[in-house]
Amino acid sequence: MSEELQRKNTKLVKKLIIVALLMFGFGYALVPIYNVLCDITGQNKKIEASAEGEKAFVVDQNREVTVEFVTSINESTPLDFRAETRSLKVHPGQYYTVNFFAKNNLAGPIKAQAIPSITPGLAEEFFKKVQCFCFELQTFEGHEEKTMPVRFVVNPELPERYKTITLSYTFFDRTNNTEN
Amino acid sequence: MSAVVAEHDDHHDHHDHGPEKGILRWIITTNHKDIGTMYLVFALVMFFVGGTMALIIRSELFEPGLQFVDPNFFNSMTTMHALVMVFGAVMPAFVGLANWMIPMMIGAPDMALPRMNNMSFWMLVAGVLLIASTLFMEGGAPASGWTLYPPLVLQTGKALPFAIFAVHLLGVSSIMGAINVIATIFNMRAPGMTLMKMPLFVWTWLITAFLLIAIMPVFAGAVTMLLTDRFFGTSFFDAAGGGDPVLYQHIFWFFGHPEVYVMILPTFGVASTIIPVFARKPLFGYSSMVYATAAIAFLSFIVWAHHMFTVGLPIAGELYFMYATMLIAIPTGVKVFNWTATMWKGSMTFETPMLFSIAFVVLFTMGGFTGLMMSVAPVDFQYHDTYFIVAHFHYTLVPASVFILMAAGYYWLPKWTGNMYNEKIGRLHFWLSAVSVNILFFPQHFLGLAGMPRRIPDYAIQFADWNMVSSIGAFIYGFSQLLFVYIVIDTIRGGTGEKVSDEVWEDASKHSLEWTVPSPAPYHTFSTPPERIPTEHF
Repeated sequence: MSEELQRKNTKLVKKLIIVALLMFGFGYALVPIYNVLCDITGQNKKIEASAEGEKAFVVDQNREVTVEFVTSINESTPLDFRAETRSLKVHPGQYYTVNFFAKNNLAGPIKAQAIPSITPGLAEEFFKKVQCFCFELQTFEGHEEKTMPVRFVVNPELPERYKTITLSYTFFDRTNNTEN
Repeated sequence: MSAVVAEHDDHHDHHDHGPEKGILRWIITTNHKDIGTMYLVFALVMFFVGGTMALIIRSELFEPGLQFVDPNFFNSMTTMHALVMVFGAVMPAFVGLANWMIPMMIGAPDMALPRMNNMSFWMLVAGVLLIASTLFMEGGAPASGWTLYPPLVLQTGKALPFAIFAVHLLGVSSIMGAINVIATIFNMRAPGMTLMKMPLFVWTWLITAFLLIAIMPVFAGAVTMLLTDRFFGTSFFDAAGGGDPVLYQHIFWFFGHPEVYVMILPTFGVASTIIPVFARKPLFGYSSMVYATAAIAFLSFIVWAHHMFTVGLPIAGELYFMYATMLIAIPTGVKVFNWTATMWKGSMTFETPMLFSIAFVVLFTMGGFTGLMMSVAPVDFQYHDTYFIVAHFHYTLVPASVFILMAAGYYWLPKWTGNMYNEKIGRLHFWLSAVSVNILFFPQHFLGLAGMPRRIPDYAIQFADWNMVSSIGAFIYGFSQLLFVYIVIDTIRGGTGEKVSDEVWEDASKHSLEWTVPSPAPYHTFSTPPERIPTEHF
């Protein structure tokens, strides 16, 4: 192989390796891009960092929306977890408080994080929680039982087509993994 | 035999001697033909390994109820069948063809980077062995489907880090192979072989190589995120730490959609090479074929979320990905039109490679149409994760990529070995394959539309009949592939005994350079560039 050809090959290979490395970086860049896009489109709200202040709405007494509460635990979380009630008929604009109960089944302390999810997804922006145990990591002493309130309001601007909103919580065991 | 004589004049390069003796020839070889042969043989072996897994799946699904394997192992089989077939069989087979044929088609003495070529082959072997070894590990092989979606895949037992490292190895191997192809095509073409005179197989591989360089690193990144989520406390896909499993699906399909075109674009290339020769006409619309390939490759990067219509995309996203996906039908339609127009009023003969190619055109079009059905977001909600999608992608992979690989085998075997294969058994192989592949996959459309989910070891009783038909087709198809093994071995050992000419197929040398060298192709070809560039193919 002539030297000139070898030089040409080396140059091209270097360029192509750089492209491959950049694409590896692009894979990681998709993480923040995804978060920004979710933010812009209002999709897929993750853990809200803090509660918003309680804002007064005009209560729509003529309209009723059913809010359902679903609780679950991730596979290995040693908790019993349930809601005080399975569902509630609410008037948009009015604030409600619902209690959730969780009990640690272990003798030792554990840390757990609850992750909320709202269905249908497009109704999410009209469902506001002002107080929630999901805003922070929960610590349970051995066999401790906790009552945890959630205070929420359904925005009266919720489009008419939504009759039922489901609020679901999943508890994840974070005892060994607490940097977040 | 002037090419052989010419080699010995060039004493600067020690590769100019014949092959090494014994096993070392294969381990340390840097010859593109040896490496191509190794890739092809390896791919054929893996085709049977993956096929055996498919037959385990079809045996279990022969009747409702759990018969032979436990559900977790069943799920491992669907996962490993896909990984072995994609990364162990189809991709390496096309890399093998690229190694053998690209230098000969563009009049180059070898690949541009012969030592890297050897390394990428052995890394492939290491990667596939590593992923196969997970079958014997505590907790079993990955059982989450080849897409490796979290959180399910994170529940894999001891096998997870091994599977991830195997993906890294396979990725590095493919990237090295792709870099080699690009360097060869850009820098090694014979004088006069301009880009727009290259055979379409070379063109499609050039575009495929760019796809590989763009996507394999993204996949490597995605599985690395899985690895750190499981072992190093990151939360890319872990909802508890603020991550999101849906993000993985976006990253995966950014890789995954172009990846399926990595398997189909070289298929198009081989079909565009074979059909004109047996139709005895130039390829219809050469430049439109090149542009259509480039258009498909470009579109493949902007349609990934059509694999995820049901995850809860915003309506604008559903619409965008729906229309963008439908666009792919246009360049693909151009190709199917061109193949048909190439055959139109041609003096066609129906040797085995042509039979497989015609079946490819027909059956791939069917697979394309079901793809078009699923591109419609609202109806995709019915088809998603059912046997309908299984039928769709198997139609685009088995009677398309695999049939064309078989066609390529029959087409070039005489050039590789200098012997003619047994045409009678070849046609028997074709007819058995073409009929049974439809018995195997066509009923899966009905099952999917009726609601049978994919990746399940047991099913409701109303799906029993078509599953049985499908399984019968699977066994006929699987076992008839043994005919191909017989033919390959028989041809290497002398075949029909008929001495083939340099050109093998009538006027083939007008289409492409590999038919101007002796049969079997000598160990070194085009040490001096060819004098005349064939122009019949465009």
